[in-house]
Amino acid sequence: MEKNDLRQYWHTNLKYLAILLTIWFVVSYGAGILWADTLNNIRLGGFKLGFWFAQQGSIYFFVVLIYVYVLLMNRLDRKYGVDD
Amino acid sequence: MELQTWTFIIVGITFAIYIAIAILSRASSTSEFYVAGKGVHPVTNGMATAADWMSAASFISMAGLISFMGYKGAQYLMGWTGGYVLLALLLAPYLRKFGKYTVPDFIGERYYSQVARVVALVCALFISFTYVVGQMKGVGVAFAGFLNIPFEWGVGIGAAIVFFYASLGGMKGITYTQVAQYCVLIFAYLVPAIFISVYMVGNPIPQIGLGGTLSDGTYLLDKLDVVLTDLGFKEYTTSHTGKVDLFFVTAALMLGTAGLPHVIVRFFTVPKVSDARRSAGWALLFIAILYTTAPAIGAFARTNLIQTVQDKEYSEMPTWFGDWEKTGLLAFTDKNGDGKIQYYNDQNIAFSQQVEQERGWKGSELSVDPDIMVLANPSIADLPNWVVALVIAGGLAAALSTAAGLLLVISTSISHDLLKKWLRPEISEKGELKAARIAISVAIMVAAYAGMHPPGFVAQVVAFAFGLAAASFFPAIVLGIFSKRMNMQGAVAGMLTGLIFTLSYILYFKYGGGTTDQYWWGISPEGVGTLGMIFNFVVAIIVSAFTAAPPRHIQELVESIRVPREQTK
Repeated sequence: MEKNDLRQYWHTNLKYLAILLTIWFVVSYGAGILWADTLNNIRLGGFKLGFWFAQQGSIYFFVVLIYVYVLLMNRLDRKYGVDD
Repeated sequence: MELQTWTFIIVGITFAIYIAIAILSRASSTSEFYVAGKGVHPVTNGMATAADWMSAASFISMAGLISFMGYKGAQYLMGWTGGYVLLALLLAPYLRKFGKYTVPDFIGERYYSQVARVVALVCALFISFTYVVGQMKGVGVAFAGFLNIPFEWGVGIGAAIVFFYASLGGMKGITYTQVAQYCVLIFAYLVPAIFISVYMVGNPIPQIGLGGTLSDGTYLLDKLDVVLTDLGFKEYTTSHTGKVDLFFVTAALMLGTAGLPHVIVRFFTVPKVSDARRSAGWALLFIAILYTTAPAIGAFARTNLIQTVQDKEYSEMPTWFGDWEKTGLLAFTDKNGDGKIQYYNDQNIAFSQQVEQERGWKGSELSVDPDIMVLANPSIADLPNWVVALVIAGGLAAALSTAAGLLLVISTSISHDLLKKWLRPEISEKGELKAARIAISVAIMVAAYAGMHPPGFVAQVVAFAFGLAAASFFPAIVLGIFSKRMNMQGAVAGMLTGLIFTLSYILYFKYGGGTTDQYWWGISPEGVGTLGMIFNFVVAIIVSAFTAAPPRHIQELVESIRVPREQTK
């Protein structure tokens, strides 16, 4: 039973990681580098969007991603009774 | 008051604060010396990590580099922040659960092998040492340039300060000084940035001001694009080179950040696993404040520089221009003898020929050191001398805090990994603490000496420390946590492959006469760490598949580090 719990806990963690790291990749390598030229046709006030992602936006996303992970994991830890 | 007087006062006050903190936080056990007794609050640790991480280069040079690179400067901005996401999600909580003091310690235990430990130890020492020499040199430059103290003396004073609080307090002393140093450096960075943002676009928040409008109603960034192309430069906000190298360089910096021993070790200092995650969030938040301001400073400073100097009479330049000429960071030579300053891209042959015929320009007459973009900000925005002095104190804080973190890694590697875990396992707790203090003293002296007489390779190698960390540590640690099957043979083979490949590529192209057209897929030596990391992963997985699974107790160790606490019913 305990073994099973551990497996489920770990799988949920891996699922969170996959989702969050996908967003991490998309906002930096995607929007900031690979698609930056296309996104530059869209404007965000005084910024071209690709440029904004490369020099500002990706960093904001990084900070938010970590805090989302903190919240998700704290909840998961409590659910499985492994919070420290 | 004179700038130099102000600088002495402000630098003096900050140094006195660091020393006072050192006296208040002495370490009495190895746990306190190595990881501050695991009692650091996550917010405090986040702040200390931010100071630990942001070096003299981040503080003084980065904004200037971005201002000359434009869009491509994103490689530093994303590269030196994105790694924290990897740290928080893939490394920090698990390493904290593991609970030992160093990265080589984790590698040695997880891969049940002294060979693995020693490979990791050599990597950690090499990376930290090349990195610390650059910081010591930076301290000397700051002292020499602004306090008229000889360069060697400057390095010596910096080393003495670090020696004092690092050898007394170890990680405990370093942590609390780093908190003070973060406060000094972020204040020193933001004050001029806010003023220059108000001065340029009338918005006190630089991050928003970057997208703001100039007094003539045009967007700053659009104006900068036009002004630069008119002078034969490339547009500021768009890319002009292939994306492959940008991708690989950014990745190498990110993965390297996540693999740097002096950053990782900071997450051993918090009380709980959940604190390690939270602490990474705080660290990145504190870092992001500076990193999102830097591109604004870069664009403001470049625009302002061009507007101030371009085709204007040299005799009518504002006073800051003359002040910075004296430092050698700004130099004007009137090539066509018209008394005016022409600043343009004379590397652009077609443009150069055109302006020579049409306007009689005979080459760009202004040479600008990128560092000036941060250093001259206060004087450009007409701020008083004490703000300039504050910027210098900020630069010193950035250099000293990074140096201290690195020196601690070096001393821990020697007293813990080398002595306690390998050569002299019978050493007592007291003996180990003494050895740690001696090791840090020797490390500081060697680093100071090397900082005074930097070996030629250091300046270049420091940029590659990231690639080496990415290619060696990152895969070994991640696989050690996420794969129960990964064994000693795989990890050692992977680390050696990543390291040897990355080092050979760098050496071949930097010293072996390699030319840019020989780059693999256009990847520069700065970005090759990413490729080394991929090879490391592939080799480790293949080798481990053909060799025996790790022993039972190691698989149990992996299971235990995956949960913050053993389940209670």
